Amino acid sequence: MKKILSLLFAFTAAIGMSGCGAEGETLQETGSVYYLNFKPEQDEAWQELAEDYTEKTGIPVTIVTAASGNYETTLMSEMGKSSAPTLFQVNGPIGLANWKDYAYDLSDSEFYGELTNESFALENGDEVAAVAYVVESYGIIANQTLLEAAGHSLDEIQSFEDLKQVSEDITARKDELGFAAFSSAGMDGSSDWRFKTHLANLPIYFEYQDENIQSTEKIQGTYLNEYRNIWDLYINNSTTEASMLAAKTGDDSRNEFLASEAVFFQNGSWEYGNLTGEGKFSDEDLVMIPIYIGVGDEANQGLNTGTENYWVVNKEADEKDIEATLDFMYWCVSSEEGTEALANEMGFVIPFENAQKSNNLFVQQDVAYTAEGKTPVSWNFTTMPSEEWKNGVGQALTAYAADQSDENWQKVEDAFINGWASEYALVNQN
Amino acid sequence: MEKALKKYTWVFIGPTLLAFIIGFILPFLQGLYLSMSQFTTVKNATFVGFSNFIRAIEDAEFLNSFQFTIAFAIAAVLLINVIAFIFALLLTRKLKGTNIFRTIFFMPNLIGGIVLGYIWQILINGVLALVSEPLLALNANAGYWGLILLTCWQQIGYMMIIYIAGLSNISEDILEAAMIDGAKGMQILWKVKIPMLMSSFTVCIFLTLTNAFKLYDQNLALTAGDPNKFTEMLALNITNTFYSRAGAQWKGIGQAKAVLFCILVVVIAMTQLRATRRKEVQS
Repeated sequence: MKKILSLLFAFTAAIGMSGCGAEGETLQETGSVYYLNFKPEQDEAWQELAEDYTEKTGIPVTIVTAASGNYETTLMSEMGKSSAPTLFQVNGPIGLANWKDYAYDLSDSEFYGELTNESFALENGDEVAAVAYVVESYGIIANQTLLEAAGHSLDEIQSFEDLKQVSEDITARKDELGFAAFSSAGMDGSSDWRFKTHLANLPIYFEYQDENIQSTEKIQGTYLNEYRNIWDLYINNSTTEASMLAAKTGDDSRNEFLASEAVFFQNGSWEYGNLTGEGKFSDEDLVMIPIYIGVGDEANQGLNTGTENYWVVNKEADEKDIEATLDFMYWCVSSEEGTEALANEMGFVIPFENAQKSNNLFVQQDVAYTAEGKTPVSWNFTTMPSEEWKNGVGQALTAYAADQSDENWQKVEDAFINGWASEYALVNQN
Repeated sequence: MEKALKKYTWVFIGPTLLAFIIGFILPFLQGLYLSMSQFTTVKNATFVGFSNFIRAIEDAEFLNSFQFTIAFAIAAVLLINVIAFIFALLLTRKLKGTNIFRTIFFMPNLIGGIVLGYIWQILINGVLALVSEPLLALNANAGYWGLILLTCWQQIGYMMIIYIAGLSNISEDILEAAMIDGAKGMQILWKVKIPMLMSSFTVCIFLTLTNAFKLYDQNLALTAGDPNKFTEMLALNITNTFYSRAGAQWKGIGQAKAVLFCILVVVIAMTQLRATRRKEVQS
């Protein structure tokens, strides 16, 4: 009996020891990289890139991808560990507010020197705390084939009024045509960000333009009427009855678009892979147009282009690991292999000197629009005060969709304007 | 034998105790400390005293979710236990097919809360659309009753099994003696079966009550707190405080809410245990 017990003890002790051993291995002389990746759709490409890099340099690179929607949770627990991520990401100034104590100053890094435009960096005092590594665009994705079948062409749509006319014409002949203007503007959690965040960016952008500011503690809501107009257009010219939108998901909306049940689908360049390929659309079918809401110089309005993907290097990490991480980042955005993987495997446009052309149609269109002299609409939703603010607006939009009264719109405005002030105060109080 | 057992006390208790300390006691103490701190990751927290607790109590949303949770718990505990008990009575009557029904009623328990939540969301939204009522995301009443329906559907089978076990444990002798004494069906139920079943009631009420307070995944999947946080229960409110607000101070406040929540559940569960235990009888 005693023998068995002591054997058992020895065994458990051995297991415990080997567990510790594994932990110690990460402390190598060369340093190592641990990147907590935000984008699940690019996980495979990152893993391959990391393997290549390790093969070349011998520096171990670990890529861990957080499950969709769980980045903040995963990051929090990973950062608490002894082998914390050396590289992670934040979604903008608000996200950085949570993590600024961990941000390594990137201003002297080689990597930062490659950045094409300083506006792609986030500052924390005098320090460069975060640098964007991918630029994306969103707008209204249109199915050209269907648009032509409805007797319209893309050239007709140059402003909100045009968009409205075309959409309402399609709606009037919906039964005859067999498709609707817009795919469902679903307000399920998987889809509502397209409206409470991305669409809401437009009134915020135009207000910031007017005021010549980058962020604000008090939004005025100058263009909320236009926001209402575009939202009305989306929900009343849709595949789905407006009162049913509350339960529609992102997949529902995409599937309607894929099944040619709708001409327009508000989404971004990241959807490219989901929309093209075998049995889906080809590049000729698709086009992305700006979201016109009837404000500003519409003839020269471009796509909504910006980023909510910023890299931050963990200041708390071991010095050797920080070095290794900076080298890895530099390699990713400057070497032949790195830039090619980012452009083609991941479909990213990266804001760095050596960026390669991406094969993503929507990204190319954004480049073309800019070349034509159109001004891209920047991403100002990264300055929205909190997730709670977005939820408040989303909830009010859903209620308004089901019952489109002025009273209900008032609640949207209330959530937008008063919600902004109160959330801003909550975020910044101590 | 006893001496041998004593000698090995720590061998037997040790590993479990160690695991309990590592897995429960230490994190709990750390959680207690964190509830009085401001922190981003658990490793570097700055002590701020009781201000988090004050902020937590002053939070109107937290109080709303507390009220909603109480309203939910009362209805859920009553309905689940009454229905489960009736099913248990019906299914101990030695009728044909009782085993099949026991299995069927138990099955919903095998499905996870998130999956259940989404399935019921689709079902309830389908029904609401048919009768042209606002969908779940906009319909506070439907959210409340939907949550109750879902938890009933999930837990009735489980509680039923416990009641069935209790019922089959009542010895035939006692029932026969009662009948010989002239007790009728209802009298046997109220005067014999239910008192004999008090220990089952203790367990079932304990389980349903604590489950009702701790309900999280079903809540998240079915309503996610919509409309306007009306159906946000305590556990969901805590995670939302923790994760969907920007700024370091919110983590501590969320943690303070979690500590209050823990105390609340323990107090309620202990009170209930004491109250029902007192009514337990031995045959």
